[in-house]
Amino acid sequence: MDKFHEAGIRPVAISVDPPEVSRDLSAQAGYTFTFLSDPKADVIRRYDLVHAGQGINGQDIARPAEFLLDSSGTVRWVNLTENYWVRARPEQILEAANALR
Amino acid sequence: MRRFNWQIWAGFLLSVVAFLSYPSIFVRWPITRDFPWANLLLFGVAAVLLFVGVRRAFSPDRRLRSKIAASILTVFSALVLGIFVFSLFVASKWLPASHGAPQIGQKAPDFTLADTNGKSVSLSDLLRAPINAKAASINPRGMLLIFYRGYW
Repeated sequence: MDKFHEAGIRPVAISVDPPEVSRDLSAQAGYTFTFLSDPKADVIRRYDLVHAGQGINGQDIARPAEFLLDSSGTVRWVNLTENYWVRARPEQILEAANALR
Repeated sequence: MRRFNWQIWAGFLLSVVAFLSYPSIFVRWPITRDFPWANLLLFGVAAVLLFVGVRRAFSPDRRLRSKIAASILTVFSALVLGIFVFSLFVASKWLPASHGAPQIGQKAPDFTLADTNGKSVSLSDLLRAPINAKAASINPRGMLLIFYRGYW
């Protein structure tokens, strides 16, 4: 994670988890990045990333997705996995991040 | 003297281990995650053990009980492999197409959400705020927005 910070990239994670759950998770795992809570999946819906009815109580959750934004908020790199076990590797993202100017 | 048919039990247990070790162990490293070759290898070893075990169980000097147990364990092991292949190669691809997601060159839609302290932050705030790294505060060059399933 420090590598991202050194590259000037702020990692921001979004899920439907309530803030307390994310706080416990990040404390446990020692994560230092920003966790945002979208309990009603409003933002997830606006980004067309809803995976309907997949939550433990059948609620809508986010499908895995990663976006690299430049400082103006423009998308510069995107990863919408086709298999939820397979996520972007940090090296791939750092490579894309280093191409940002 | 009939000896304990350890191969059949080892084969069965190994196939269970091959299944459970993917989400608990091998998913941690991209090389064993993106394609589960380590788990398939374990399933392969389990299959060899089961094959040897079944042959032993069906030799003329074994009792019927041993043949039945070997058959059941082999069927269960095959089921475990079936569920593994299904959940890794089929069910995991049931993802929405997300054609409406922001694409390269487009602006990411702004939003405001609560952080872990319950404080509201917006995307535009986060894009501007300096990053506090270990030693210094760095001007942000960009942001990595990660959507994840969450732990509910």
